[in-house]
Amino acid sequence: MSLRIVVAVKYVPDATGDRHFADDLTTDRDAVDGLLSELDEYAVEQALQIADAADDAEITVLTVGPEDAKDALRKALSMGADKAIHVEDDALHGTDVIGTSLVLAKAIEHAGYDLVVTGMASTDGTAGVVPALLAERLGIPQVTLLSEVAVADGKVTGRRDGDAASEQLEASLPALVSVTDQSGEARYPSFKGIMAAKKKPVESLDLSDLGIDEAEVGLGGAWTAVQDVTARPPRTAGTIVKDEGEGGKQLAAYLAEQKFI
Amino acid sequence: MAEVLVLVDHVDGAVRKPTLELLTLARRIGDPVAVHLGPGAEAAAPVLAEHGAVKVLTADAPEFADYLVVPKVDALQAAAAAVSPVAVLVASSAEGKEVAARLALRLGSGIITDATDLVAGDEGPVATQSAFAAAFTTTSRVSRGVPVITVKPNSAPVEPAAAAGTVEPLAVTFGELATGTKVVSRTPRQSTGRPELTEAAIVVSGGRGVNGAENFSVIEDLADSLGAAVGASRAAVDAGWYPHTNQVGQTGKSVSPQLYIANGISGAIQHRAGMQTSKTIVAVNKDAEAPIFDLVDYGVVGDLFQVVPQLTEEIKARKG
Ligand SMILES: Cc1cc2nc3c(=O)[nH]c(=O)nc-3n(C[C@H](O)[C@H](O)[C@H](O)COP(=O)(O)OP(=O)(O)OC[C@H]3O[C@@H](n4cnc5c(N)ncnc54)[C@H](O)[C@@H]3O)c2cc1C
Ligand SMILES: Cc1cc2nc3c(=O)[nH]c(=O)nc-3n(C[C@H](O)[C@H](O)[C@H](O)COP(=O)(O)OP(=O)(O)OC[C@H]3O[C@@H](n4cnc5c(N)ncnc54)[C@H](O)[C@@H]3O)c2cc1C
Repeated sequence: MSLRIVVAVKYVPDATGDRHFADDLTTDRDAVDGLLSELDEYAVEQALQIADAADDAEITVLTVGPEDAKDALRKALSMGADKAIHVEDDALHGTDVIGTSLVLAKAIEHAGYDLVVTGMASTDGTAGVVPALLAERLGIPQVTLLSEVAVADGKVTGRRDGDAASEQLEASLPALVSVTDQSGEARYPSFKGIMAAKKKPVESLDLSDLGIDEAEVGLGGAWTAVQDVTARPPRTAGTIVKDEGEGGKQLAAYLAEQKFI
Repeated sequence: MAEVLVLVDHVDGAVRKPTLELLTLARRIGDPVAVHLGPGAEAAAPVLAEHGAVKVLTADAPEFADYLVVPKVDALQAAAAAVSPVAVLVASSAEGKEVAARLALRLGSGIITDATDLVAGDEGPVATQSAFAAAFTTTSRVSRGVPVITVKPNSAPVEPAAAAGTVEPLAVTFGELATGTKVVSRTPRQSTGRPELTEAAIVVSGGRGVNGAENFSVIEDLADSLGAAVGASRAAVDAGWYPHTNQVGQTGKSVSPQLYIANGISGAIQHRAGMQTSKTIVAVNKDAEAPIFDLVDYGVVGDLFQVVPQLTEEIKARKG
């Protein structure tokens, strides 16, 4: 019996680029190049390891995003995922976390699944709530923020390292897992992987394919409204001194002047 | 007056500082009603009352500790049904955000995460967030349902304001999903005796430049001379020199102290995402070109092993 794994991966503006908001206060996706959210590479990696440990498994990577978001899917496919689903629809522009989780949940149900794997947070919105929302919508256990994960005998086990304690968690499949960047380095796609990815199937879906009303997503359907965006004022140039043997003392004098000492 | 639900973050009834900050913010919108889940409500209730809670709803059950997140969502949902709040505030911890998200969905409400400020507005509370590694500041509101907002630590002052703090039991029925994810075991973290990273007024951090776990004592000594928390860059954490719980940045803690001192840290965007909103930023780095210097109020170009011990000595001397 095959283990069906769906990995949700987001296509995000490169964090090292100059990210901006557009006039409608949504992310300006033309400002910088996009890529597969680096934190979702960890999700793909753990899915690949879970699949390797299973007798038989199939990994579908799923993204909700514009045309370019196919690049994120290609990257995940070249790492070793088997197939992909791309949900693309003009009406999705400006969707909030509630709407995003709706579309992802419908697409995951469309794909069929035993295990859903996500990253801990996207590198643009960084809300970190889509995994919990997905588990709620799908009505399955959430086994989230794992730094270690394993699947065996129809159960997911994992370790969640929190502030106050480290917890060992367990849930039965079907379940949703999110993994942190402590879960283990993601592999680089091999040349063979990159070539193979070109032949792997990518299914394109729009909102009507998923039976979602346009009014439930997009800027109009969002349950939150951004009112105002301002660039953080550039910091006024600070004082920089070169240590000539008294650097520590000079710094202490500064801290005293600022009343920290 | 309108009631605002505040989920209490506590350890066996010891209320954590971010919750007291939430109570300050809640009072700007209405009357805070605190929801205390798990043991220790007797100890927590007077503290919550001193900080403005008109009512404290309490529920205790093994489910809160034995299963992940969902039992708390069931309880908050019951609390929301009991008081019909105008907003729900939760601390922006990993668990807090997950609880808030699921609650929002059940209430048919939008959610704002990681707010850094909150004020009353004509159409409901207006939240400030910082975006794209704190390069932007945004204001947002929830346009549908009961606003569910998670707030970062250090976003508001703790202001005592005595209120009735009437304690009332909250009846909670756990749904089927509540027992979905079992907490099989829990290993509490050892306390270092230093302030909590996200709550500290001063944070002293070390990065790859610290060059070894044994050298972190240089950073700790400086932190202790200032009564500060210790942070680390991901490079230092990945190298195994310091625990991940001390990581500052996008995938670590985000801190907003009065003073942040970065030692041997280059200032990569992902690190900046977690410390850029610090009030005063100081760096020690031997590379004059390090991007961290673009952020600083005061920077020393020099070897941290020379500068930091000298600084520590000088602080000790000045403090007598
Ligand atoms: C700066 C900024 C602030 C925002 N603040 C809010 C807010 O307060 N409230 C709100 O409702 N919306 C907010 N949004 C919108 C929100 O980011 C988007 O709705 C987004 O699509 C989902 O949230 P996230 O990226 O924060 O996801 P996270 O919850 O951070 O993502 C976690 C995981 O979910 C999966 N995932 C998320 N999005 C997708 C996707 N499109 N396709 C496939 N997998 C995905 C990935 O596995 C990812 O690792 C904000 C957006 C920006 C740019
Ligand atoms: C998805 C993702 C998430 C990430 N999340 C985080 C995060 O949460 N937090 C984080 O910190 N990083 C994060 N990173 C990593 C980040 O990109 C950087 O790699 C990291 O911050 C670098 O750490 P560093 O500054 O200590 O090391 P480096 O960049 O190597 O800098 C070391 C600095 O120390 C200086 N130095 C060396 N020796 C001395 C000396 N003797 N005295 C003084 N100065 C000296 C050097 O000049 C240099 O500037 C993330 C990366 C990704 C891709």
